[in-house]
Amino acid sequence: MTATAPPPYSDVTRSEASLRRFLHGLPGVDQVGAEARAAMLGTRSIKTTAKAWALDLAIRMIDLTTLEGADTPGKVRALCAKGRHPGPGSPPVAAICVYGDMVPTAVDALRGSGVHVAAVATAFPSGRAALDVKLADTRHAVADGADEIDMVIDRGAFLSGRHQQVYDEIVAVKDACGGAHLKVILETGELSTYDNVRRASWLAMLAGADFIKTSTGKVSPAATLPVTLVMLEAVRDFRDATGRQVGMKPAGGIRTAKDAIKYLVLVNETTGEDWLSPDWFRFGASSLLNDLLMQRDKLATGHYSGPDYVTLD
Amino acid sequence: MTRLPVLKTYKLYIGGKFPRSESGRSYPVSSPSGVVNAAQGSRKDVRDAVVAARAAFGGWSRATAYNRGQVLYRVAELLEGRRAEFGRLAPDVDEAIDRWVWYAGWTDKIAQVAGNANPVAGPYFNLSVPEPTGVVGILAPQSSPLLGLVSVLAPAILTGNTAVVIASESSPLAAVALAEVLATSDVPGGVVNIVTGRTAELAPPLAGHLDVNALDLAGAPVDLAASLEGLAAENLKRVVRRADPEPDWTAEPALDRVLAFTETKTVWHPIGV
Repeated sequence: MTATAPPPYSDVTRSEASLRRFLHGLPGVDQVGAEARAAMLGTRSIKTTAKAWALDLAIRMIDLTTLEGADTPGKVRALCAKGRHPGPGSPPVAAICVYGDMVPTAVDALRGSGVHVAAVATAFPSGRAALDVKLADTRHAVADGADEIDMVIDRGAFLSGRHQQVYDEIVAVKDACGGAHLKVILETGELSTYDNVRRASWLAMLAGADFIKTSTGKVSPAATLPVTLVMLEAVRDFRDATGRQVGMKPAGGIRTAKDAIKYLVLVNETTGEDWLSPDWFRFGASSLLNDLLMQRDKLATGHYSGPDYVTLD
Repeated sequence: MTRLPVLKTYKLYIGGKFPRSESGRSYPVSSPSGVVNAAQGSRKDVRDAVVAARAAFGGWSRATAYNRGQVLYRVAELLEGRRAEFGRLAPDVDEAIDRWVWYAGWTDKIAQVAGNANPVAGPYFNLSVPEPTGVVGILAPQSSPLLGLVSVLAPAILTGNTAVVIASESSPLAAVALAEVLATSDVPGGVVNIVTGRTAELAPPLAGHLDVNALDLAGAPVDLAASLEGLAAENLKRVVRRADPEPDWTAEPALDRVLAFTETKTVWHPIGV
């Protein structure tokens, strides 16, 4: 691959050895400290008008997702309709996230709404396919109209130390994306340590990721607060060093409005307000939206709402 | 050497667990051993209890009537074993246990009484059967902490409903003891949830909760009863109104509270040719 990382890291990606030296030279993550800080920030109490603002922001940040073998065009259309108009007075979501073959259906259903279409590609969720298959997968989704691509890294290569291969693959997929935004899924549940999460984050950003994303949602644990903290620190430090801002997307396991607000607090305290926007922070979620809508109802009416008053997805 | 007594922390019963109030508050209530602190629940505890009750509804309502009867009878067996403890907390212990057995027996009989095979003018079987309403909010009687509680709780859950109970404000300890019995019985967690605290604070969020399907106002404060009915009307809850004067809980039990929290489902089925 010819692409090089942005300065001052242009030298880093010259060879496998220099890449390894750089990634393993990143400071280690203080596991206890990261978990304690994430837990402490999770205790912040967000109420009344701040809560109303946070709920609407969280809705605007959702990549409303359906990634099931049983997905049908009808289900995708229903999800798109919900994404455009989640509830009375509610803003639309950021994007609808589907498998590649559902992109034309989603594009059709979202035309004119401003809601993006995100497609998972590169042999999602395992990433176990030849590179040309992954690239064809990506090109197909982009040609069908997806404006965001969620790719998975080759965890097998990463864990066995073949960083260059992972880097080259991300660069190649980024190239295949053309104008579409590229989100790189690290699948942190399979990376074992926070140090690996930090390394994979930097690797993805060096290779040109527009977003880094925690998980596919198919592996447990999916997104957690400490993992998100480590990744947010990486995007913050990356912008400080290179001037390029990269977005962050926790995905999987975020089901309640309370969880979502904890993430927003984490973003504000780690990277600052620059990331408190759907352009730079997203939630990969499906059932989260219903809980946000119920909480929104509660604030508006004063009565606790219930699952009878939102759609079954 | 004198032994230091181990004192009990009185907690809530939500989803099969015994949490302290989310608010961290407690309030003094009198007990045989002097004044003790009971958990003072908040509206968020009520909300959590409703979520737990809703989650438990599927399993409990789908259990066979015979199985529910067995499970509820087991509760009476455990109550019997703790008669002495309950005797210190409330009068009418024997009556309360007998009442529980009486209601437990109704689980697989209520359909014969409240259901029917309707005669219709066509080649159909036409069957009406009672089904549980859903999540029932119960304001337990204030003056009869055990017998009164059993007399409103058992009829609600025997048909498959799940319940959120606001215990008697001044004497909640019998309800807490009943929670301990329920937790060690076979009643699944979340079928009965018991919140102790100030009734006037806890009742409005329960009555206004849109995921609660029915409301028993037995222990509602006089000045709140009307407004609670108003809140319950928001999503058309079934309501058992506050009786004035308070019913005599020692009187012979009846089925009115069982039937108040059931819906009638009628099925048309073609008769084979």
